[in-house]
Amino acid sequence: MTKYLLLKHYRGAPAAVNDVPMERWTPEEVSAHVQYMRDFATRLEGTGEYVDGQALSPEGTFVRYDGEGRPPVTDGPFPETKDLIAGWMVIDVESHERAIELAGELSAAPGAGGRPIHEWLEVRPFLSAPPTVTE
Amino acid sequence: MDDALLRALTPAVIGILCRRGADFATAEDAVQDALVEAVRRWPDDPPHDPQGWLVTVAWRKFLDVARAEKSRRQREVRVETEPAPGPGESVDDTLRLYFLCAHPSLTPSSAVALTLRAVGGLTTRQIAHAYLVPEATMAQRISRAKRTVARVRLDQSGDVATVLRVLYLVFNEGYSGDVDLAAEAIRLTRELRAMVDHPEVAGLLALMLLHHARRPARTRADGSLVPLAEQDRSRWDTRLIAEGVEILQAALARDRLGEFQAQAAVAALHADAWTVEETDWVQIVEWYDELLRLTDNPVARLNRVVAVAEADGPRAGLAALSEVDHGVPRYAAVAAYLHERDGDPATAARLYADAARAASNLPERDHLTRQAARLNSRSSR
Repeated sequence: MTKYLLLKHYRGAPAAVNDVPMERWTPEEVSAHVQYMRDFATRLEGTGEYVDGQALSPEGTFVRYDGEGRPPVTDGPFPETKDLIAGWMVIDVESHERAIELAGELSAAPGAGGRPIHEWLEVRPFLSAPPTVTE
Repeated sequence: MDDALLRALTPAVIGILCRRGADFATAEDAVQDALVEAVRRWPDDPPHDPQGWLVTVAWRKFLDVARAEKSRRQREVRVETEPAPGPGESVDDTLRLYFLCAHPSLTPSSAVALTLRAVGGLTTRQIAHAYLVPEATMAQRISRAKRTVARVRLDQSGDVATVLRVLYLVFNEGYSGDVDLAAEAIRLTRELRAMVDHPEVAGLLALMLLHHARRPARTRADGSLVPLAEQDRSRWDTRLIAEGVEILQAALARDRLGEFQAQAAVAALHADAWTVEETDWVQIVEWYDELLRLTDNPVARLNRVVAVAEADGPRAGLAALSEVDHGVPRYAAVAAYLHERDGDPATAARLYADAARAASNLPERDHLTRQAARLNSRSSR
């Protein structure tokens, strides 16, 4: 089993096919989308492939160390930042193919007009612990 | 197997062990171990005297630890191996445990965790689950908290306000694990009220009961939020409302107003209205004024704005809003609502979208997005 991160971007991914901001959908379309995401997670719990899912607030701050005895430097939020993560789902699956298959299904979540969003999700394998048998 | 009974006995048993000479941290661990054993053994072999059983088993576990400690350190441990059948549970012991676990030297999250374990009798696993953190993390948080209060003497009295703040935090934590934190907070506040005669304890209990009464109407089956104005009020729990109102009235009659009583009074006025149109907004504004006199809390100030708008119209609400700090959570959501009421759906839709971006939880964000969507799809038709 390998864990994969399915990463959803507010910005930074190529444009979705059905690219309409959520507040321009109808309330029913918003509800249908939320329900699809919940059902998807529930189904993966059922198949034993779900690990975690979180949504992030779009407001972020950059922080770095500024030397001994000084408070950290903060910067941002940057409204024009190129890449912005919206949230993620972590899955634990048998194969890379399965991860791609599930990401494809997640990308089909309904959006404006009730049609799939076809949004781009980024699929990233986790680095795992080293195996016991190496030769 | 009566889980509620077990948990209700927890603080008394810790108190008894401490009075027999055990230190709080070790006593608390020993009682947790005894609870685990009770869960395992009671179903087949229920004791006649559950509390006596727990005290005996916990004391034995405490002695095991104390002996191991003694042989390790080669130092005298001043505990009797066979204690005299000393005094039984005492209300004071339990109350002191409340004060200890909410001690001002603890951070709020530590105080909450320690209270749920030592006073509430929850396991570390249950608390970790309720707060969505790994069990090892919660175990560390609890043991650090115990180290922090290790030097606090258990016979010191504390400030009831610190306990109320902790219980309020527990109640407000909306996560649904296998432990109902809201119900647990109510149980602990009831216990506290039985021990402490203080109008704010009653005020907090009333506040909790009145909000808990709305819970069946607050979310739809799909998890989405239902705002107060749209809730099916026939689903409110009238038994809890009646109890909350009665407790509140008795507290208010004592003429020692506090912030929890004032908040409960607002909740009681909502509970009193069987339709949203019957709501006595003028009185609600007055209670918010009282609340602001007691604590100049920006959240209360924002909530007052909504009540002003309902009582005197959206223009009055917008005027009141101009005096509220923009950084207060839900500011944009309130502004959106007022602009919609004022007949400006375009501004309202934009503000709802802003509010959704600023939301701190998913159900609220989805709700605000739907509000923006509702106004936008109406204007485009």
